Amino acid sequence: MRTATSALRSKDLLGIEPLTPEEITLILDTAEGFKEVSERPVKKVPALRGQLVINLFMEASTRTRVSFEIAEKRLSADTLNFAASGSAVEKGETLIDTADNLVAMHPNMIVIRHKHPGSPKMLADRYENISIVNAGDGAHEHPTQALLDAFTIRERLGRLQGVNVTIVGDIKYSRVVRSNVHLLTKMNANVTLAGPPTLMPVEVEKMGVRVVHSLDEAIEGADVVMMLRIQLERQGKLSFPSLREYYNTFGLTRERLRRVKEGVLVMHPGPMNRGVEIASEVADDPNVSVILEQVTNGVAVRMAVLYLLGGAHATES
Amino acid sequence: MLAAAVLAVFRLTAQVRPSAAQAKYRQYPAPNTQHLGANTMNLLITGARVVDPSQQLDATLDILIEDGTIAKVDSNIKSNVDAFDATGLVATPGFIDLHTHLREPGQEHKETIATGTRAAVAGGYTAVCAMANTVPPNDERAVTEMVVAESARNGRCRVYPIGAVSKGLKGEELAELADLRAAGCVAVSDDGKPVWNAQLMRRALEYCSMLGMPLVAHEEDANLNEGGVMHEGYVSTLLGMRGIPAASEETLVARDVILAKLTGAHVHIAHLSTAGAVEAVRRARADGVKVTCEVTPHHLALGDDALRSFSTNLKMNPPLRSEMHRQAILEGIADGTVDAIATDHAPHHFDEKNVEFDLAPFGVIGLETAFAVCYDRLVQAKVIDLARLVDLLSCGPARTFRLPGGTLRPGALGDVTLLDLDARFEVGRQFHSKASNSPFIGETLQGRVAATIVGGAVKHRKP
Repeated sequence: MRTATSALRSKDLLGIEPLTPEEITLILDTAEGFKEVSERPVKKVPALRGQLVINLFMEASTRTRVSFEIAEKRLSADTLNFAASGSAVEKGETLIDTADNLVAMHPNMIVIRHKHPGSPKMLADRYENISIVNAGDGAHEHPTQALLDAFTIRERLGRLQGVNVTIVGDIKYSRVVRSNVHLLTKMNANVTLAGPPTLMPVEVEKMGVRVVHSLDEAIEGADVVMMLRIQLERQGKLSFPSLREYYNTFGLTRERLRRVKEGVLVMHPGPMNRGVEIASEVADDPNVSVILEQVTNGVAVRMAVLYLLGGAHATES
Repeated sequence: MLAAAVLAVFRLTAQVRPSAAQAKYRQYPAPNTQHLGANTMNLLITGARVVDPSQQLDATLDILIEDGTIAKVDSNIKSNVDAFDATGLVATPGFIDLHTHLREPGQEHKETIATGTRAAVAGGYTAVCAMANTVPPNDERAVTEMVVAESARNGRCRVYPIGAVSKGLKGEELAELADLRAAGCVAVSDDGKPVWNAQLMRRALEYCSMLGMPLVAHEEDANLNEGGVMHEGYVSTLLGMRGIPAASEETLVARDVILAKLTGAHVHIAHLSTAGAVEAVRRARADGVKVTCEVTPHHLALGDDALRSFSTNLKMNPPLRSEMHRQAILEGIADGTVDAIATDHAPHHFDEKNVEFDLAPFGVIGLETAFAVCYDRLVQAKVIDLARLVDLLSCGPARTFRLPGGTLRPGALGDVTLLDLDARFEVGRQFHSKASNSPFIGETLQGRVAATIVGGAVKHRKP
């Protein structure tokens, strides 16, 4: 057993892949404290007072952008939201020129969402004194989503080790799945991926997961079933014949859930396509669905990440 | 008197009639090697270890070049021409690159014939084959002639143009291949794109067999690629990047060896990168099909695992493959299946590469690092010996495209590359090429080009 860690090694959070289990535990433990802050009448702590955080969102987002902004405000940071639409990006300004200009105004942290994998790393390598937080880069990683998922599982089930997690759907184009697989396997959970072979990336078994192509087989014995959004905007027409057929084959319905053990948690990173990957009767069932709890926990987890990178990292170094 | 005048006019026009021109094509004129008027120099290279696999030669000898051609290779040659003391160096027939993008005309911000050939001689190349995907493409005689003329004016080494297979590289209609051949093209290729239409491929191969020149095939199935930016495998899965499957290359290689068999024509597979493609070539050759192939130094030295850095200098097409594929092409190098190492030197401007990986153009430069990478990773690593490497960089390319050079026999072109095998150096960011998109920046390599001699003239000398 390695000793508990009290700080993150990197100035950036680019993904779950570079983190150690101790660092993951540190973030989750820190988030517990921040969850309590969000339940107070005055939901604010001065941890990042005087720090400027820029939310650089080059791709559409509701949950993640709002969640980061709330987290930043509750930590007393100054925040600036930059959206690609309405900016000089529309005039053809490159990501590096855009970022160079923002950096010239001395932010402490940049939270970036971009459709191209590796763009957060590009900024992290370029600016040595600024913390870069990956809020989703293409189909690569979405580390804060995996952290909030893990936080939710740990809070509900008391542990991550040995938990059976099944992730269903569009595995190939999902950054959520990659971050989740890294995190869950590092924490010794058992991961099963399910979906049609057309939505399964090659050699994904090497990540230490079980791959099945039947939803019933996938959810049997699961403690957690995580449904992924079918990313209609990311794929052509060749991955499956129709939404109807997809729903019939891989859609999570109450009927299918009956075969699963009592107390299973149903999760979804949102936004949901109701009636495509998940039936409303499941998504809205408070006995199984923790989908909105995930959103609540997202703020606490992002506060923890920003605090550990900005507040704690800055003070210690 | 009037009759005599009419007869004179008739004679004049008869000379440019198609039948006369066709007769000229039938001779398959040898590629023009007199591009560089000044390169008919005299030079005595003394004391070099001469490694010439074309005549199984490996001995310390002198080389005498007279009027730009090899006069004699012998010990203790006495001559009063200028001498080059090459003691401690290895002398080989000049390197020939079958696959270079010089970017001129049209993309001079990336490279020009002047800078590209400067990079070539710095890398030991005495001749390069210039790919057709310029702007406009080399799909008609006027462009070929421009490339030949500019090479004569400002080139440092010999430049053999490669013409387009199809007009506008569109894969729809054949370019005027005989005219391109007559103007100096040594092969044809739509490189950068596959010839996706199998019928056009068949007709192009048939036509090329008449002209006696190879068709250089860039093998990828655009449908299977579907926006891919790197090799499809475990690493692309981890990085969430769209993959280019090995099958994309292999399906087209399979098609084209079948078409080469059908037509009896010579198909040359460009930048071969997968295990299946090596195997397809090996089997077809055993079957008597006229198929040759080249591989690049970067596919031999690097694998897709390097892409975890997201460096756009690792983005090229075909992509860096997985270790299994890399091992298979190393085997092809060792067992003789691979005919040539070619750089696929593909310069791009800094700004074009200084973007997100997905958005960067495909291609890396290679002329200046090719020898060091291959010597360090193939000879030092004991995959092949030095003679085989020289064969892959010089004799093999000459054989494959039937070019002059590739040998130091008397009467051959006076093109010699001198190598310092003991030099170790770190690849810097400065290149003779206009571009710096090299995947080897920062690598320490052993083996350096000491001097490059074209037609007896010293075109590059390491200070």
